[in-house]
Amino acid sequence: MSESTKDISLEKEFIDNFEALESRINGASALPVHKVRKEAISAFQKLGVPTSKNEEYKFTDLNKTLRKNFDFSSPAHPGNISSDLINNHFLPDMDTNKLVFINGIYSSELSTIVSPEDQLLVKDFSSASEENKEELQSYFAKYADYDSDAFVALNTAFAEHGSFIHIPDNKVVEKPIALYFFNDAQEEKSYNQPRNLFVAGKNSQASFIEVFNTIGDSASFTNIVTEIVVNENAHIDYYKIQNNRDSAFHVGTTQVWQARSSHFSAYTFTLNGAMIRNNLNIASDGEGCESHMYGLYLLHGKTHVDNHTVVDHIKPNSFSNELYKGIMEDQSHGVFNGKVYVRQAAQKTNAFQSNKNILLSDEATINSKPQLEIWADDVKCSHGCTTGQLDEEAMFYLQSRGISKERARVLLLYAFATDVLENVKLEPLKNYLENLISERLHKDF
Amino acid sequence: MSKDNQILEEFTSKEYEHGWNIDIEADQAPKGLNEDIVRFISAKKEEPEWLLEWRLKAFRAWTKMKEPKWANVKFPDINYQDIIYYSAPKQKVKPKSLNEVDPELLETFKKLGISLEEQKRLTGVAVDAVLDSVSVATTFKDKLAEMGIIFCSFSEAVREHPELVKKYIGSVVPTSDNYFAALNSAVFSDGSFCYIPKGVRCPMELSTYFRINAANTGQFERTLIVAEEGSYVSYLEGCTAPQRDENQLHAAVVEIYAKKDAEVKYSTVQNWYPGDKEGKGGIYNFVTKRGICAGDNSKISWTQVETGSSITWKYPSCILKGDNSIGEFYSVAVTNNRQQADTGTKMIHIGKNTKSRIVSKGVSAGYSQNSYRGQVKVMKRADGARNFSQCDSLLMGDKCGAHTFPYIDIENKSAQIEHEATTSKIGEDQIFYCTQRGIDEEKAVALIVNGYCKEVLNQLPMEFAVEAQKLLALTLEGSVG
Repeated sequence: MSESTKDISLEKEFIDNFEALESRINGASALPVHKVRKEAISAFQKLGVPTSKNEEYKFTDLNKTLRKNFDFSSPAHPGNISSDLINNHFLPDMDTNKLVFINGIYSSELSTIVSPEDQLLVKDFSSASEENKEELQSYFAKYADYDSDAFVALNTAFAEHGSFIHIPDNKVVEKPIALYFFNDAQEEKSYNQPRNLFVAGKNSQASFIEVFNTIGDSASFTNIVTEIVVNENAHIDYYKIQNNRDSAFHVGTTQVWQARSSHFSAYTFTLNGAMIRNNLNIASDGEGCESHMYGLYLLHGKTHVDNHTVVDHIKPNSFSNELYKGIMEDQSHGVFNGKVYVRQAAQKTNAFQSNKNILLSDEATINSKPQLEIWADDVKCSHGCTTGQLDEEAMFYLQSRGISKERARVLLLYAFATDVLENVKLEPLKNYLENLISERLHKDF
Repeated sequence: MSKDNQILEEFTSKEYEHGWNIDIEADQAPKGLNEDIVRFISAKKEEPEWLLEWRLKAFRAWTKMKEPKWANVKFPDINYQDIIYYSAPKQKVKPKSLNEVDPELLETFKKLGISLEEQKRLTGVAVDAVLDSVSVATTFKDKLAEMGIIFCSFSEAVREHPELVKKYIGSVVPTSDNYFAALNSAVFSDGSFCYIPKGVRCPMELSTYFRINAANTGQFERTLIVAEEGSYVSYLEGCTAPQRDENQLHAAVVEIYAKKDAEVKYSTVQNWYPGDKEGKGGIYNFVTKRGICAGDNSKISWTQVETGSSITWKYPSCILKGDNSIGEFYSVAVTNNRQQADTGTKMIHIGKNTKSRIVSKGVSAGYSQNSYRGQVKVMKRADGARNFSQCDSLLMGDKCGAHTFPYIDIENKSAQIEHEATTSKIGEDQIFYCTQRGIDEEKAVALIVNGYCKEVLNQLPMEFAVEAQKLLALTLEGSVG
């Protein structure tokens, strides 16, 4: 009984919050963005925060977790982090465009844009919703489906802060675009819902890196949605790095739309956090698209990571490849769900998917569900999934050559992770991750 | 393209060969379902009090349940009050030999090519023929009885071996397990019971032919197989059904209980009426099949060839409780026209060093949808569990769909689990290879598909393999991809 009454209040907290938002933004409520917000909140009202009874959230009961850990009755607070606290969280040895967000709000003082303006337009989401109305109207919430996912609906309803990034046609952004999201959990629990929209013009090229950190010991919750529009023949790489605190909860949806002959690669590295849910949805909506999805999750402690990916092949002659690997230690819990849809029109599609896991502890759990749904006949699709431990023969081989058991273990685990790591195209980022991972393997495993 | 279309057209327009209807005066219960109907069925079958109570318990559980909607199949809502839950062919005296059996019934079997006499004389298979829910004739019983094997209809088992039935009924599939199992538990009309005593190796394949006959009658079969320590049995089940316009519900339950060192092999060829080209009519086949490897070193093996039914929804499962126990699942599912199949298996690893193997081959043609849905679950204490799964789908034509939903849930670090799935059409190079060697295209397709399914067909006992190959060949005729 108490369960269900509480249940209602979690949704009610958000809805009350929305009313507060409406009265606050008064003048801006005529904007087209706000119309979408209203639709999203009513969609959310219908959906509710998913429980484990929802097939998509079967192993990740965010309803229970959020109810237990957060209070959403008051609006998200803006946060206040001094610059010296964040300085050592930036990616080392990398010359990047640096976009800093504190509790989801873009801070122009802390950010540095090095690429020239004709290559890269960066705007804070709220000012873009007034100044770039047309672009926003044609792209915003067109791809991220707020009718079926409650967290996308929530984010859309509260879409106020975040970024709008536009790369004009025929431009190559040489410097990677790094987005640092800092949660201020120094004094109290915090939550935020940043919203990003990246639009890559025809024949353009760029790399995005999203990095998530929390400052302070309290719990933090991020519900982020990033929509990426990859126009004709554009090449986009997208990295997501999650090495957050034990008290950081995260729901992230990356919604990608690909036009003809475009290339998109996503790399998701998850090293730490409390409960993490990543949704990566790619709509391959043009002929000759290429999509790559790489994921690596090294979990320890009580970390819970749920990776859901969807590739939707709508047009013919496209290619998609997915490789997700995970190592689970302690009481960690890994969830993988990869969906490949091939629509009837998408003949000559090649789609491959692979999920490999190593369990190192009896307390650890993996739930894997690779899924193929195919309506076209002239296709080549496959998926594979394995779960196991280190190969005993390989261990023996190394030990027989004088390598200690511990070292052999780390070596093999490292090799397992390298499969994913070696696909990283940015050399300094690869080095950084390599160090992070080997340090981690030496320490924990 | 046009040739493809033409051939596909031919293929999809194929009429169901086993479609006819024989008029046997049925002894029916009124339409609908309530406690009185449950009591009526129980009384009709002269059942003891405990079984009635058991049925009522199941019925009460059922009324509280909702029809599940998660399967990847679509069909109009079933009106459970519009079904006749009991119908028995009229017979005055119970037959002792085939001569006493209603000749009309025998005719039915002859049309199916499974004449009891022939079976009895030539193949050595003991057939417990189930026509419209009541067992008509049981052969080779005496011979089996000598070895202590009990193989009889379910109602007979209730009468003659109540202690066994009482002990094992619902022990693998509890009454409230799922919606259709609960429904079956409440209203099951008859079925088969098989008991293999300790250390006995059943010398012949035990076989049951199911057949739905009276219009508007749901078929609620219940099969219970108990294999005592160190025993072995191979059990066959096959289905054909006459043509109907209205959808018929078939919600069977099969339970297998295997003790220490026992081995049970369960094979099915399912060829219920699949509906016409537009998907009208046809059987709804919602079956709960589950076996438990209760003792150490036991083994349960499911093999199925699914070609019929408008909707198939079943997951023969193994609970691997005993240490070193083995579960196997081999399946060929062929769908055509508007058929829908959502089938697969569950392998629950509980004991140590348990092994499971899943080989599933789906073929979809026409406008059909074919889904594999399976779960491999390794529990915390199941050290050394091993699983291999392979699910392949073959698509013929661009209007059909093939879907794969594997669930892999692992809680033990020593588990070694492999799953792979592929979806494709028949390779042009494969066909080219055959045609340039003088094999025509149609034969080439048959050859390739037969090879594709071989791994599963090889698991079938001889008698069934022949029938299954016939069925496949029939389905494949003219279906060049």
